[in-house]
Amino acid sequence: MTARISRWPGIELTAADLHEGKVTQTRFRPDAKYAWSAGEAMSRFLEELQNGRLIARTCRKCARVLFPPRMFCEECFRPTDAWTYIRDTGTIETFSISYLDTDARRIPEPILVGVVSLDGASPKMGMMHYFGGMTKDEIRIGMRVKAVWKPKEERRGSVLDILGFRPLGEGES
Amino acid sequence: MRVGIIGIGMTAFRPATPEYNWKELMFEAASRAYADAGVDPRSDVDSFLTCAEDYYEGFGIFDEFVPDQLGAALRPTCTVSGDGLQGLANAFMQIETGLVDVAVVEAHSKASDIVTLEGVIEHALDPVWNKPLGAHPFVIAGLEADAYLRATKTPRKALAAVVQKNRRNALKNPLAAYAAKLEMDEVLSSEERFAPLRSLDIANPADGCVVLVLGSETAATKLHANPVWIRGVGWASDSPSLETRDWAGGEYARLAAAMAYRLAKIRRPSTEIDLAEVDDRFSFKELLHLEAIGLAKKGEAGKRALRGDYGADGSLPVNVSGGSLGCGNVFEATGLHRAAEVALQLRGDAGIHQVDGVQVGVAQSWRFVPSATGAVAVLGVGR
Repeated sequence: MTARISRWPGIELTAADLHEGKVTQTRFRPDAKYAWSAGEAMSRFLEELQNGRLIARTCRKCARVLFPPRMFCEECFRPTDAWTYIRDTGTIETFSISYLDTDARRIPEPILVGVVSLDGASPKMGMMHYFGGMTKDEIRIGMRVKAVWKPKEERRGSVLDILGFRPLGEGES
Repeated sequence: MRVGIIGIGMTAFRPATPEYNWKELMFEAASRAYADAGVDPRSDVDSFLTCAEDYYEGFGIFDEFVPDQLGAALRPTCTVSGDGLQGLANAFMQIETGLVDVAVVEAHSKASDIVTLEGVIEHALDPVWNKPLGAHPFVIAGLEADAYLRATKTPRKALAAVVQKNRRNALKNPLAAYAAKLEMDEVLSSEERFAPLRSLDIANPADGCVVLVLGSETAATKLHANPVWIRGVGWASDSPSLETRDWAGGEYARLAAAMAYRLAKIRRPSTEIDLAEVDDRFSFKELLHLEAIGLAKKGEAGKRALRGDYGADGSLPVNVSGGSLGCGNVFEATGLHRAAEVALQLRGDAGIHQVDGVQVGVAQSWRFVPSATGAVAVLGVGR
C-alpha cells in the first residue's frame, strides 16, 4: 500500500528538527542495571570455560547428559546427579547467514551463526555460536566443527571465551 | 464448582541469594509444592501460571524462561504480569471453566539481581507527566501516608506499632528475612525518608519464591488432598493518575474485597474473618488496607493496632507471618506469599506461628509503588 503513496499528509520531520528542539519531546534514560546470579550450574560452567573445558550434568533417570548444565532435569523434574565433561567438537544442527548487523546495517562479510550439537552431550544439546574458517558457500548442516578458544589469559568466564567454531580437520578430534 | 489450594511450596526469604539463580529458586519452591500436593508436574498438572514483570527480571518475555524449572516443558503455560494474587485469580478461573483440573501458580522475587532498584521502580511513572520531576518513587508512599494519617486522624505512633508487631512476628517464622525485636523508640526515631515515613516503616527487599497447586474439588478428592478452599477472589485498579486517585481510602482494595466477599458470600467481614494477611510494604498500608477491606472501621485501625488487636493473640491476627516488614518485600510474589501463609494457618500447618481455631482468612495484595492496583482472596476450610 505504501508504494502507491508518494506524499504523506502532514509535516515531515527530520532528525535535525528533533535535535534542535523544534519538536516537543520528553527524554528519559532508564536507570536499570542488573547483576544476575548465575546460580549453581551456570557458575561452574562459566568457571570451567576459563579452563577451556565444557561441563555438563547427568540425569540418572532419563540417562541424558544435559548441556549447558542445570541442577534439575526438565524432562523428569528431579535434581540432576553428577558433573561430567563433554568435548569441544560437534556437528552443525542449523545455521543462518546474517547479512545485517544488530543495527540492521548491511555488513560486507556476512556473519555465520548457528547451533552446534556437542560430542558427549545428549542429542539436541549444544550451543549457539559463530562459525569461522569457512565461507558461506562451504557451511552446511551436518558439518563437523571444533571450538576455537581465546588464549587462556583472555578468558573471562563468558560464552565469548570461545571465539567460534571452525571446521574439524581430517583425523582431528 | 469449588477450587482449593492443594499444595504449598516456599523457599526461605533472604536479603540475597547469590548461590541460586532464579531458575534454581523456582525449582526449590516447585519441588516443595508438588511434594506437598502429591502431584507429578509432568503428568498431573494441566496448566502453569507464573507472575512476573520483565522489568524486575531484567530481560524481556520472561514467560519463555519459565517451563523447565516448573516441570512445565511442552505443557500449557502463561504469565500474568502482575501480583501473585492476580495469578491465583486467573488459575481459579481456569479451573472454574472446567478446561483444567489442576493448575500451578508461581511467583518469585530475585530483587538482589537488580542493581538499581529505585531506577527500575521509577520507570513505572508516567513518562510525560510525573517522571520529569525526578523525585524518588517512594515519595508517592509518603504522599499517601500523609493523606491517610490526616484523613483518619491516626497517630504516628500507630505506624510504629505495625512495624514493631510485624518484625516481632517474623521471629517465629523461620522463612522470614528481617525478624527483629524493636523498641517503639527505635522505630519512631529511625532515619527520616519520605515524611511521615521513616526508614523502619519501609519493607526491605528480599528474594524468594512461592508455588501453589490449585485443584478442582474432583481433583482434590482424587489426590486425597486436604484443600483450603478459595471462597472468593477479586481485583481492582484505581486511576494511574496521581492527581485523581483516592489517597486516603485504598479504593482499589475496597473494590477488590467487595468482589471477593460477594463470591465468598461474606456479608460482615469484621465478624466472619478470623485472620488476615494484608500488604504492609509501607507500615501505614497495613492500617489503610484493613480499613479498605472492611476489617476495621474508618480511622480505627491505628487505635486498634496500638491496643494490640492485630497481634497473634489479638482479636484479629494480622500478618502473623511477619508480613513484608518482617519477611521482606518480594515484589510480585508478595500476594501469593500471603495467600500461602493464610492457607498454612487454615490447614493448621503454620508451625510455631500457628494461630488456634482459624476457619476463614483473607489475603490482600497491592502492586506496589506507584500502582493503585490490588487483589483479595478469601480462603476457608471445612463447610
